[in-house]
Amino acid sequence: MLKAFYHLLVRDLRLAMRNRHELINPLIFFVLVVSLFPLAITPTPDALQAMAPGVIWVSALLAVLLSLDRIFKLDYEDGSLDQLMLSPNPLMILVLAKVFAHWLLTGLPLVIIAPLLGMFMSLPAEAITVLIYSLLLGTPVLSLVGAIGVSLTVAVNRGGVLLSLIILPLYIPILIFGANAVDVAMHGSSVKGQLLFLGAMLALSLSLAPLATAVALRITAAR
Amino acid sequence: MLEVQSLECIRDDRQLFSALSFTVAEGEVLQIEGANGCGKTSLLRIICGLRLAEAGRVLWRNALIQANREDYYANMVYIGHLPCIKAELTVAENVRSLLDTRSLTVTEDILQDALLKVGLGSYDDVAGKALSSGQRRRILLAFVQLSQAKLWILDEPLTALDTQGVALMESMIIAHRDAGGSVIFTTHHGMLLDGKMHSVQLGRQIKAL
Repeated sequence: MLKAFYHLLVRDLRLAMRNRHELINPLIFFVLVVSLFPLAITPTPDALQAMAPGVIWVSALLAVLLSLDRIFKLDYEDGSLDQLMLSPNPLMILVLAKVFAHWLLTGLPLVIIAPLLGMFMSLPAEAITVLIYSLLLGTPVLSLVGAIGVSLTVAVNRGGVLLSLIILPLYIPILIFGANAVDVAMHGSSVKGQLLFLGAMLALSLSLAPLATAVALRITAAR
Repeated sequence: MLEVQSLECIRDDRQLFSALSFTVAEGEVLQIEGANGCGKTSLLRIICGLRLAEAGRVLWRNALIQANREDYYANMVYIGHLPCIKAELTVAENVRSLLDTRSLTVTEDILQDALLKVGLGSYDDVAGKALSSGQRRRILLAFVQLSQAKLWILDEPLTALDTQGVALMESMIIAHRDAGGSVIFTTHHGMLLDGKMHSVQLGRQIKAL
């Protein structure tokens, strides 16, 4: 079972490494959106600082949303998804491997580049640390919950809008607590509550989302 | 070994088949016959447990397949219309990643042997995107051969294969049957298999609902 998890993870990472241009799309999107705000609104440090938590978090969320399709779409189109569903291993373990690969390829690069964008938006150092923690706890939830939506819409042609409608309401708590944590840290208060909430969401989605995704995939295939 | 009991399949308000029952024992080959659109692929997907039937059930070793996925899927292999081949992976990597989903690992020698047998002997490090559609199907033949499955479920296995490929598929099915394995397949090409096979005819009872 662990072997199946590992092999699928390695396969997905290898596929991504041989298709690098797709890999940097969400990252470029993230950087572009964040860097457009100072140009469009105002480049004064105070104004930038005030909107930085929201801008960075919204951009990260949209970057993940745009890349969600990649989790299952290609495997669905070439029939590999059928083979995964016919595996003697529990489907939720394989789902978890695919979601983990997605996070390593999308969420993690966003977390790594975020401090740079934080500095760019003149966030103080303590707020940048909290930004990293909040993204580190929040982006895996975005991948895990997003996978449920993708598995429901993978058979729909141009299901992008539908996917956003299903997923965005579920993303909103993460967005609120993530951005709020950075905002509060900027004003020097304790962010323990926000980070604990994000951690709880991660634990919850880690245990339930793969199960829901596996069931949703079987329902999608059954039609 | 596999038992299909009074299956019914409805697609787009059309009843493709109903009360369909048959069994497949060890060492038996079953051909599903019928015209385009009569539900052959749907039937095979129902037998795999991918699609849900409107009525009826499929048993593997006297247990419902949905309740017994682990044992059933360890013993069956399904090849559908879609190629399952990744353009970015080499032939050998493609076979290995297909086997990985079944938690099987093979040594380099066994893999090379299997590729040689399906006529891809010198292609092991060629990327999937450089292959013709017939060669992609041949990768799947190597996968089926190495899958250690007792039950093969093959949907149009002869698609895109040349005459040698067809003969190879035929000899693979015969060898598998003679070794006590079972095969369920569909095809529009003539495959005679020295006469020792059963068949089920679909499409006689299609009616609009």
